[in-house]
Amino acid sequence: MNLVQSVEWAVFAPPLIAAVAAVAVLVTDLFLPAARKAVLGWLAVGGLALAALALVPLRDGDRATFCLPGDAGLCSYSADRFAVIVQLLVLAGAFLAALLSLPGSGERDDEGEDGEQAPPSGEFWFLLLCSASGAALLPAARDLATLVIALEVTTLPAYALVGLRRAGAPVRNAGPEAALKFFLASITATAVGLLGISFVYAGAGSLHLAEIAEQLPAADPGLATLAEAGVVLTLVAFAFKVAAVPFHFWVPETYLGAPLPVAAYLSVVGKTAGLAGLALVTSGAFPGHGDLWGPALAVLAGLTMTAGNVAALRTDPEAPHSAIRLLAWSSVGQAGYLLVPLAAAAYTDEGAVGTAVAYALMYGAVNLGAFAVAAHVARHARAHRIADYGGLWARQPFAALALAFFLLCLAGLPPGVIGLFAKVAVFESAVDAGLGVLAVVMALNVAIALYYYLRWTAVLFRAEPGGASRVGMRPAAPLTGAIALTAAVGAILSGAPQIILTFASGTFL
Amino acid sequence: MITLNDTTMQVLLVALIALPLLGAAAVLLPRVPAWAGVAVTGAVLAGTLVLAAAFDHDDPAAVQAESDVPWIPALGVRLHFGVDGISLPLVVLTALLTFLCALYTLVRPPEGPRPAAFTALMLLLEAGTLATFAVLDLVLFFLAFEMVLVPMYFLIARWGGAGREAAAWRFVLFTVTGSVVMLLGLLLIGVRGGTFDMVALAEADGAGLSHATQVVAVLAIGLGLAVKTPMWPLHSWLPDAHTAAPTAGSVLLAGVLLKMGTYGLVRIALPMAPEGMETFAPYLGAFAVTGIVYGSLACLALVRRGAGGDLKRLIAYSSVGHMGFVLLGISTLTATGVNGALFANVAHGLITGLLFFLVGALKERTGTTDLDGLAGGGGAALYGRTPRFGGLLAFAAVASLGLPGLAGFWGELLALLGAFHPADGLSRPAFLTYTAIAAFGTLLTAAYLLLVVRRVCMGDAPGERAGGVEGAGGAGDVEGALPDLRAHEYAAFAPLVVLTLLAGLWPAVLLDLTDPAVQHLLPGAVR
Repeated sequence: MNLVQSVEWAVFAPPLIAAVAAVAVLVTDLFLPAARKAVLGWLAVGGLALAALALVPLRDGDRATFCLPGDAGLCSYSADRFAVIVQLLVLAGAFLAALLSLPGSGERDDEGEDGEQAPPSGEFWFLLLCSASGAALLPAARDLATLVIALEVTTLPAYALVGLRRAGAPVRNAGPEAALKFFLASITATAVGLLGISFVYAGAGSLHLAEIAEQLPAADPGLATLAEAGVVLTLVAFAFKVAAVPFHFWVPETYLGAPLPVAAYLSVVGKTAGLAGLALVTSGAFPGHGDLWGPALAVLAGLTMTAGNVAALRTDPEAPHSAIRLLAWSSVGQAGYLLVPLAAAAYTDEGAVGTAVAYALMYGAVNLGAFAVAAHVARHARAHRIADYGGLWARQPFAALALAFFLLCLAGLPPGVIGLFAKVAVFESAVDAGLGVLAVVMALNVAIALYYYLRWTAVLFRAEPGGASRVGMRPAAPLTGAIALTAAVGAILSGAPQIILTFASGTFL
Repeated sequence: MITLNDTTMQVLLVALIALPLLGAAAVLLPRVPAWAGVAVTGAVLAGTLVLAAAFDHDDPAAVQAESDVPWIPALGVRLHFGVDGISLPLVVLTALLTFLCALYTLVRPPEGPRPAAFTALMLLLEAGTLATFAVLDLVLFFLAFEMVLVPMYFLIARWGGAGREAAAWRFVLFTVTGSVVMLLGLLLIGVRGGTFDMVALAEADGAGLSHATQVVAVLAIGLGLAVKTPMWPLHSWLPDAHTAAPTAGSVLLAGVLLKMGTYGLVRIALPMAPEGMETFAPYLGAFAVTGIVYGSLACLALVRRGAGGDLKRLIAYSSVGHMGFVLLGISTLTATGVNGALFANVAHGLITGLLFFLVGALKERTGTTDLDGLAGGGGAALYGRTPRFGGLLAFAAVASLGLPGLAGFWGELLALLGAFHPADGLSRPAFLTYTAIAAFGTLLTAAYLLLVVRRVCMGDAPGERAGGVEGAGGAGDVEGALPDLRAHEYAAFAPLVVLTLLAGLWPAVLLDLTDPAVQHLLPGAVR
């Protein structure tokens, strides 16, 4: 029996390049004089760009590797369309988050009060690249073991990233505390998930998703309850990663404690990775148990969006760090919308998972854009209140217009046409699946969310002589690049929503 | 009247929507002259007039100037535009009112920052409303419907009067909640009906949609549109928004935005889900007549001496009453009633637009819209001091109360006639009751509008006042010479006056357009 699997390295390249870049950064860090550490950032950005470029030859989405020698149908790593698109999203997201962290675009270059402002150190880039590598591996993983490993590779460095004390962590000592909280909650979820996976293995006798999908419904009736418990417990682990209520409590403190680019990274890449994992286990591994996870996900979606939006609504614009707090809570709300099509996938055959991916692409682009503008404002407004955005239009018309566009995309209002159509697609999946109540709950949530997004947008254009006096400078070059890139993506997609909504039609997973 | 080939018509209609969008971006550029807004809206108006002239008036039931290209195949969304006899009058009305507003604001920029931004938002608003009336795809309709929200929010919140922030919020939250609920209804129709194409769905006449689907869809769509219309009891955003909005904002809100709600009911709910509409028609009628009486009573309360009523708020409440007639006409499900509704729609746009213009001009002259300040011994006394202005206000008021021979009359009459003989299947006694209540409402309407004329227009001219009623007015005195109508005001008001007279004396000009289209939408209706 041949135990050696054949490996196509080109197929496996995207996560591999990110991982190699991580090691390269760590090693280079040892030999670089302190004055030239800035090179590390560009090295990391380049590595991520290269990893994203490695997706180009895979764009047809018909490659797979790490296949079982005997059975070509069972592969642990599959670069299908779903995997390639999600990999593009996470690598681009990590790339933009890295741009936000580059020297000159951190929160405060000048007069760091405690002298703690320094360019991010080597380990920061190492951790970011490690996490990105895991997130790139995750959507392509086609067995539960690889999936869990990818999930842990994504999240373990994230704890450390949150804990890294860089300038700009708004609350003193909030970083380590947030990291600890994040770590403990997450590790509990992982343990529960592993327990669930072991139950599932007992029922199905395989870890490959395709095999589980076939074997689990046909499992020994005596093991049926065990299998169902396994399904539920596995879901819990992934629900945590997408910050679904009631597994969301770590979010606001983590975001507040983390450096701003890390918060941006978690809100987009962390969330997308969790979402991809959830889609893989629900639609990929447990399609037969749709009656079990469908309603559960629908309830989770409703709770998540409501809790996130209500908390965002209650954010006081005058309170310190309200901008980040609002983005954090709104990302919980958006995670709720993302769960809707996944829940709908239990009831419809096609399109639902693709709708979620399309929504995630839209959300990733505009949310990172909003974080980029926030990073710019945070450089000058120490407290980083929403009120500090007053008069941004007068000082920085393009940054203000870009942020207004991003916020309206998130709200789903014209001129944020892509946001509107992404929401329409999500609504359509819910209506199509017959989830009427969930659709109504989501409709009310969209109205609530509109209030706080539009309130922020209105602040941008308000003439406030005191508010923006300090936000006069042009954004640093990497920040300008990030803002321009995300704004361009949003604008192009608004003109041609078909580019991403095409995933919403036809089977995708 | 003139003949254009199909391609020219298509290009013309699409250009009408694209032009204000491009104009909105253009006026924000530095060193663009202030008259650019007037030029763009003027060009749009000219375009709509050409479109109306080239429209085949022998076949208004057919969709003309139709262009249909796929946009988002994944969702089945197509860029599908076209006009027929129902939408054409509204398209022209929109272009006309926006042009007049642009003209007016060019001479009288609203108080507040950057007039150029004001013009840009107004153009965005125009693009959104024109698109709403011209699109023939449900999802696109929703997009156009939402497009007006952000511009209108900023128009009120930045250039409005007292209480503008709260009023703007209320406007946005009511309408957005309504419109997302409407989206659910639209999607339900689209998903179950298998297409988002409004022409195809209207042709299907509800075939393929189960009774339950139709009921739920009409409930959701109706709720969203009723907020916009506004239907009592969902009207409570309207008075604040109107009172706080700048003149041009009020004119466009009343003249154009409210029409989007009733247009949606006629265009979407009526033909696509006839069974659902039949279920809800009696309730719609009941809410409509409640709105008529409620609006009139609210106006009567505002016009009382010492009530401190605001003239703008009064006209806003009168809109609730007038839109009640439109809804009553729709609820009868008869061709007569729906024609009346469409007629009243346009008439209300003309007359209430004129009224808001006049009140804006009055505020400019006297500095107040407070009825107590404008009335009485120290009041405006417009007949004596500015006879032409006073006469015009009186004209607009009697047009609004539905004097025969003016535009307001026909819509109300046809709506009442429709309610007298509602469609088969609807309870005749209920609708007879509605007819009686609505007729009583016209009396109340006449009462408050005549009271307004008496309090604002009549009174002693300043010369005579010196001896007699010194001190009667107190702090609200309107002092100084009031200028009579100025050139730009003639220009802005005259078209509305002429059209009000035209539609009143020759209603066929509108009814010939709408009637065949309505017959087409209501294939089963005998009356």
